[in-house]
Amino acid sequence: MAINRRSFLNAILGSGFVGWLGSIFYPVFSFLVPPKMPEANVQSVNAGLINDIPLNSSQILKFGRTPVLLVRAQSGEFKALAATCTHLDCTVQYREDRQDIWCACHNGIYSLAGRNLAGPPPKPLSQYVVNIVDKEVVVSKPKQIG
Amino acid sequence: MRKSALIFFCITLALLFVTTAAQSQEKTEFGADDQCIVCHLEIDFLPADFSNADIHLQKGLSCAGCHGGDVMSDDVEIAKRAEAKFTGIPTKKDIAGMCGKCHSDISFMRKYQPRISVDQARQYKQSVHGQKLAQGDTKVADCSSCHTAHSILSATDARSTIYSLNVPKTCTKCHGDQAYMADYNIPTTQYDEYVESVHGKALLEKQDVGAPACNDCHGNHGAMPPGIVSISHVCGACHVNNQDFFSKSKMANEFADADLHACEECHGVHDIKNTFDDMVGTGETSTCTECHGEGETGYQVAQQIRSHLGDLVAVYDSASILLKNVEHVGMDVLDMSYAVKDAKQSLTQARTLVHTFDSELVQTKTEEGKTSARHALHLGNAEMEELRFRRFGFGVATFFMTIVLAALYFKIKDIEKE
Amino acid sequence: MLKKTMQKTYHWLDERFKITPLVEFMSHKQVPVHKHSLWYYMGGVALFLFVIQVVSGILLLLYYQPGIDSAFESVQFITTKVSFGWLFRSVHSWSANLMVFFVFVHMFSTFFTRTYKKPRELTWVTGSVLLLLSLFFGFSGYLLPWNELAFFATKVGTDIAGAIPFIGEPIKLLLRGGEGVTGATLSRFYAFHVALIPAAFTILLFLHLLFVQRQGMHEPEFFQKLPENKKRMMPFFPNFVLRDALLWLLVLNVILYLAVFFPWEIGVKADAFAPAPQGIKPEWFFMFMFQALKLLPAHIFLMEGEVFGILFFAIAGTVWFTVPFWSVFIKENLRLKLMKLFGIIVIAFILILTIWGYLD
Repeated sequence: MAINRRSFLNAILGSGFVGWLGSIFYPVFSFLVPPKMPEANVQSVNAGLINDIPLNSSQILKFGRTPVLLVRAQSGEFKALAATCTHLDCTVQYREDRQDIWCACHNGIYSLAGRNLAGPPPKPLSQYVVNIVDKEVVVSKPKQIG
Repeated sequence: MRKSALIFFCITLALLFVTTAAQSQEKTEFGADDQCIVCHLEIDFLPADFSNADIHLQKGLSCAGCHGGDVMSDDVEIAKRAEAKFTGIPTKKDIAGMCGKCHSDISFMRKYQPRISVDQARQYKQSVHGQKLAQGDTKVADCSSCHTAHSILSATDARSTIYSLNVPKTCTKCHGDQAYMADYNIPTTQYDEYVESVHGKALLEKQDVGAPACNDCHGNHGAMPPGIVSISHVCGACHVNNQDFFSKSKMANEFADADLHACEECHGVHDIKNTFDDMVGTGETSTCTECHGEGETGYQVAQQIRSHLGDLVAVYDSASILLKNVEHVGMDVLDMSYAVKDAKQSLTQARTLVHTFDSELVQTKTEEGKTSARHALHLGNAEMEELRFRRFGFGVATFFMTIVLAALYFKIKDIEKE
Repeated sequence: MLKKTMQKTYHWLDERFKITPLVEFMSHKQVPVHKHSLWYYMGGVALFLFVIQVVSGILLLLYYQPGIDSAFESVQFITTKVSFGWLFRSVHSWSANLMVFFVFVHMFSTFFTRTYKKPRELTWVTGSVLLLLSLFFGFSGYLLPWNELAFFATKVGTDIAGAIPFIGEPIKLLLRGGEGVTGATLSRFYAFHVALIPAAFTILLFLHLLFVQRQGMHEPEFFQKLPENKKRMMPFFPNFVLRDALLWLLVLNVILYLAVFFPWEIGVKADAFAPAPQGIKPEWFFMFMFQALKLLPAHIFLMEGEVFGILFFAIAGTVWFTVPFWSVFIKENLRLKLMKLFGIIVIAFILILTIWGYLD
């Protein structure tokens, strides 16, 4: 009986140990696999294939918590600007009829280059960099100087 | 022979000297050796508002430029004689003309600022101040009342009396003085009201120069109280959507027919405070019930609009509270915060749509907002669920660990029996 | 089958490295069993916690990005987006604090049982250095998430270091990598935390453990006086090891409980230009020093209060860490009582000031 009890204990201990190891290694390996968004500080966002973006249209991209407005002008050129109005932080929009950028809150108007043209906004919208890589439109943060 | 030649020579010299001196006098209005200031500084007799930073002084135009006189002469008699075109202190009626001598002449002003306006004097003549002055009222403002006479600074200079943050104080110097304004039929409480208003707080406390000061609504040189029609245009200069919706709504005509002052009726004019949802509806603080009684269509519409807003606010508030909780326990709030932001945007737009006085339009927008807020709640609840799952997972792990611990304990006991 | 494989492996290694004498030595290691035996486990717990720190630290290292624009964001990323990232981060933070706590407990328990006496003086000295390294581990690691509390705690801490006479300013400069607490400070602290201190710690730990294994477990005086047959002993392998394992498993469970129910805060990102938040406090193991410095008057004996305080702690520390060398000079009959009193005063001082610091 003693032997049976001992081997029973050993079995429990052994399997327990293995289970314990598994419960350590499962989270560790899970941790090692990088998540879908592999980086903390979002440096660039893919906006889709160039052919899928119509002329004279716009979309909002998410750089972490910062919304960025990507505009494809009538000429086909791309422009990416911070989408937060410099007046009181509302989200700006692209006006297709006037081909400018407008803030609905207090009628602030910006040019496609982000320059504040009229209304209360005190500063221009910061510009983001647009690159076409393999027919994919990639928007990235501007390089910091200094 | 020699003596007469000498005399002739001296007289010619003297004549030459006098004529050149006389000629140079006309050109030295903007010269550096300004005898007016030199002398007045010596005797310490300068105007009370004299400042070295004055823009005219800085650009080289000093006393003689406006007051005339001989700038080169250090003799008071010579300097101020009539031939030197000395005009002394101008009367109130003369001031606009005196300033306008240069400021209405583009060929002169473009030397200093190619894009500067030159219609100020003309606007002034059409303003209330200008018109009253023409009728003989000397209490009204002239150029120097707002710009000062001898410490004129650019409107972008923060020290200037016409810098946007200083404009309310400048206007209220007269318009806030009850005794001074006693003869006129206008209130003097505007400044006190403005300081407590949304615009006043934005401009004076938050230093937001996008906020309107007196001149943004009343005009600068052509100052007039805005007429009834123009009130919504004035407000609409910044509050575009509100004006747009209002002017296309049924109420616009009703208001015009009843001689009501558009935006002012519900929002006030100088005392505009932050809006709140109960301004709509049928509650105690509602502006709708000032005209609409129970049973009227307007009353019902007001109720409907208020309840739509209330519905969205309720969902939005729960989403915001959940967002804070999720962030506090350290879970992921990235996607949720976007959803809440979207809901807030919809709420702001719904409140603007109130000015259509169409409860269906408001409802479409509040439904949109509710969808975003509900999505945020869904995301937040998923995070809290994950938190609970972790705790549950811990419980399971502990259970197994306890088994191992018990087995270990018995193993030790077993070994030590020997 | 498992036994056969193990035997084969053992034989293979023994042929090449002659490990039999070593194994023989280790298999005869005994641990005294007496009323204070519980304290024997404290060092092992500290060791276990260190291992947890290394493992969780290496995992965090895979995702952490130092630098003022990425440190905070990467920690946020780890805790929100990486699978089980929240777990390893909170484990690392809690285990760090527990490790320092157990190092203190281990130190005081060896003090009161007079383990530092000959021949174990160097064990005490290496242990003292390990304590200092642990504190430095904590101080440097605390800054890495680059949040507001950490930023100001580092600022205050390095300011105090700078108050040391003569060498203070150069030390402060070396620590901070510049005049103020900046990205340079973060880089340095990162280097200290993941490279410099681990290297030093490993060497000293190895020595410390070597000494303990070589010399065997210390027997407290009352135990030494017992006749041989009355001395209860237990073999290190497998008894003590199994008991160790039991305790370690328990400790692991406690850490997991803390990590799940009291996750470590991320805080607010550090902003050098924001005013210091209300009530900055250092970590608990520095609190007693911090509070003591706060309580000192501005001037004592012609020198600044702060300087006096720092010198006091420097001298007190030196006295404490050299205990084995000067305690022999105390008279035999007084020694036990005096050292006990000394130890109690030190603990009381630390406890009272720590509690006071939190009540303030």
